[in-house]
Amino acid sequence: MRIDCKHVWDYLSAYIDGDVDPDLRAQIDRHLETCEICSAVLDSTRNVVVLIADERVFELPAGFSKRLHERIDAMIDADSASG
Amino acid sequence: MPTSSSPEFEAECIRRILAGEKQLFHELIRPCERSIFFLLLSLLGNETDAEDAAQETVIKVYQNLRLFRGESQFRTWVLSIARNEGLGRLRKLRTLREDSLEADTDEVTGDYTPAILTSWREVPLQALERQELAALLREAIQKLPAIYRNVIMLRDIEEMDVRATAQALGITEGSVKVRLHRARAMLQKELAPKLKGYAPERKRSFFGWGS
Ligand SMILES: [Zn+2]
Repeated sequence: MRIDCKHVWDYLSAYIDGDVDPDLRAQIDRHLETCEICSAVLDSTRNVVVLIADERVFELPAGFSKRLHERIDAMIDADSASG
Repeated sequence: MPTSSSPEFEAECIRRILAGEKQLFHELIRPCERSIFFLLLSLLGNETDAEDAAQETVIKVYQNLRLFRGESQFRTWVLSIARNEGLGRLRKLRTLREDSLEADTDEVTGDYTPAILTSWREVPLQALERQELAALLREAIQKLPAIYRNVIMLRDIEEMDVRATAQALGITEGSVKVRLHRARAMLQKELAPKLKGYAPERKRSFFGWGS
């Protein structure tokens, strides 16, 4: 069976996560060998996934951790004082 | 005591905290801080509220530590507390609109078309040093409907597995997969044309992809 581009797009996310069964994976792989459009869509989707996972994209606000642990210290002190 | 954030480390840490070594709570919560903040940022939409809610979450975790039964990962349990804290605040603010966070309807719309482009195979990780690229990515994620944003925050940004994401958000694993697929597709469509300009000039394959 030959699958079309639309079908490949429906499974892109699962394909990237290795979450498609071997038969479907083989069909998608065969399609990708000859379809430049789907190859480019797959590559760009993967690239987006890699980029957003980079720690430089989402950084904690400056001082976040310090303020959080000061709050924890205050809480532990209060907890200890009350027994 | 094991040093990583393994289940053994967590269990041992919790036992000792409950036995009185309260300072160990700092070490227990440290590996979860980032995820707590970014889940709350995703829910609440601004850093000030997210930080305030993150502090409240951590206090609730401490106060309820006895209730953790080890049926899920510790971080997953912590994130479900964070989620409740975030949702409680949203309800108070009455900003829960029709893209309701509780709704679990994932009907297939089926007419998604990706951005078509000929080749963009290298990941421009170098370009992240330029703040504008990072800002572009953050902006695209902020623009996603909340139910998709939450899933992508936990799965792709905090790199949690499908099961833990489902548990933390109180949705099914099937919903996590459907929402993740939509979120990635929307980001591809929005970002691929813009990011192409950031691709490195020298051809190199990244992790052997697409070469
Ligand atoms: Zn195709």
